[in-house]
Amino acid sequence: MSVSQASSTSTITYREALRAAIRDALLSDERVFLMGEDVGAYGGSFGVSKGLLAEFGPERIRDTPLSESAFVGAGIGAAIGGLRPIVEVMTVNFCLLALDQIMNNAATISHMSGGQFAVPLVIRMTTGAGRQVAAQHSHSLEGWLAHIPGLKLLAPATLPDARGMLGPALQDRNPVLIFEHGGLYNMEGELPADAGAVDIERAAIRRPGADVTLIAYGGTLGTALAAADELIDAGIDAEVIDLRVLRPLDDLVVVESVSRTHRAVIVDEGWRSGSLAAEVSARITEQAFYELDAPVARVCTAEVPIPYPQHLEQAALPQPGTVVAEVRRMVGSGV
Amino acid sequence: MIKLPERGHGLELLRQMLLVRRFEEKCVELYSAMKIRGFLHLYIGEEAVAVGVMQALRPDDAIVATYREHGHALVRGVSARSIMAEMFGKLEGCSHGRGGSMHLFDADTRFYGGNAIVGGGLPLAVGFALADKLAGRERVTACFFGDGAVAEGEFHESMNLAALWQLPVLFCCENNRYAMGTALERYESETDLALKAASYEMTAWSVDGMDVLAVEEAAHKAAAEVRAGCRPCFLELLTYRFRAHSMYDPDLYRTKEEIERYKQHDPIPALIERLRDAGLVTDEDLEAVEQVIADEIDDAVEFAEAGTLEPIEDLERHVYWEGAAL
Repeated sequence: MSVSQASSTSTITYREALRAAIRDALLSDERVFLMGEDVGAYGGSFGVSKGLLAEFGPERIRDTPLSESAFVGAGIGAAIGGLRPIVEVMTVNFCLLALDQIMNNAATISHMSGGQFAVPLVIRMTTGAGRQVAAQHSHSLEGWLAHIPGLKLLAPATLPDARGMLGPALQDRNPVLIFEHGGLYNMEGELPADAGAVDIERAAIRRPGADVTLIAYGGTLGTALAAADELIDAGIDAEVIDLRVLRPLDDLVVVESVSRTHRAVIVDEGWRSGSLAAEVSARITEQAFYELDAPVARVCTAEVPIPYPQHLEQAALPQPGTVVAEVRRMVGSGV
Repeated sequence: MIKLPERGHGLELLRQMLLVRRFEEKCVELYSAMKIRGFLHLYIGEEAVAVGVMQALRPDDAIVATYREHGHALVRGVSARSIMAEMFGKLEGCSHGRGGSMHLFDADTRFYGGNAIVGGGLPLAVGFALADKLAGRERVTACFFGDGAVAEGEFHESMNLAALWQLPVLFCCENNRYAMGTALERYESETDLALKAASYEMTAWSVDGMDVLAVEEAAHKAAAEVRAGCRPCFLELLTYRFRAHSMYDPDLYRTKEEIERYKQHDPIPALIERLRDAGLVTDEDLEAVEQVIADEIDDAVEFAEAGTLEPIEDLERHVYWEGAAL
């Protein structure tokens, strides 16, 4: 991190922004602690928590055994017991080993106890493909988890969100899952030195436009923005929405945008069937059907476990070119 | 031979076991009358376990139990009224009617379920104990689970974590010898469960779970170790379920002779006999206890009957935190 004194902004990576948020939380609330696989001595498998063990010690930066169910469940118990745990699950693929705790306890205890217990727990996990780590380390299962009432899901896709979502997530009395896209950790940019908490309820328009709404989140925000840049040459002015909050979804921003542009393309790294894209598409159809000049379109990951070779992996994932082609097809279809 | 309790305490142990027994017998009746629906897992035969262990717990200790938890809740002090109302699905129930028989919760007595995923409560218990340890509170979390849970990964993960981090969990394995309908020796390669637990570097031993005095003594010893040493301890309580797994279970996997054989060790007559032989209780005492319990249960049923059904407009409540308890 390098600080530019003149502008009081600093050049920071997504990884560093996440770390700064965790550090802030640890400094400001003694109930906060971080636990997960290799968060301490190793520094986090993606380097997010590097240096925190030295600063905060092993009580608050807790390396765990490879026991996803036990440490996620322990996080739930500790949250009900009065602490504010940040649980890191190395990747969304590994959270499958803790799904019982996430769904049957974290998402459910408040309800099945008749509202007696809050679960102020944050679970962070890496998601997404693009790094040639093949079929067991490349999932985008946000859509699955977004199916579950009782959970809140956040997908920081920008530096301010990486820096600012954790604080309010820890303030929330509900279990909040934060998805960090593996392709974003090295993303670098300027961030005001005093950057802090951000809203965790609303979607955001990242690029205003008039002709079509591209709806993305997490790793596909960059894809959608790149597509929007390419579309300028074709004379198409695309609006880009970053969903940010995957549950509960913010319909308002999406419906308002589509009501202006009359076209929507959803860009989702999840598989198409039963995806978040399917949910967003259904909501647009339910709430803005008569505003549409063309059927809602989706650019999703091909329905195949992610293959290892780079050319196949890239072919499976949403690409700016695919989004551009989809928009041109939509616009060119006589509307 | 374990020392007999004083008369007052002996009667209290008896009252608690009888309360659980009679309460559940009433539940069976109410199930047949279709007042209680869904699953109903009875603890009948196993009462000495909850009653014995609970004697060693303090008001600020925590309890995590299973879906066979009516007894634990009652003995812990959750009122018969609020438990019965919960079984009826009424707003006045201890979980607002949202949980039912398998999900009894009560913040006031730190009773955390009511967990119906086998093994799923163990990680939670580890978390409660972690919170206590980090906050410097000298409290015990008692975690009840059945022998079937020992085959689950969550059991092993939780035992390891509790021992590794030296957390104050009292693991109470209620070994009733069946995981639903599958006998222990048909699903475990090693059937000595205390031996398994000991491999996680914690004190572990087996106790006759049909003898409430033996359970109580063991629980005091184990809880003291957990509390003083801030480390986990494991008790295997050898017990037996007299009734079917749930009301749906035709009980085809064990013989009537086997059930009858275990009934000879029914913990309630066993305690009565010992107290009576020692001249600590009389028939009049027993009648009086039964009467108090019958009144309490009648009152609970009346309370549940008179309870309120939550308005359907409130269906989507309690999915996210509303900021207030019941």
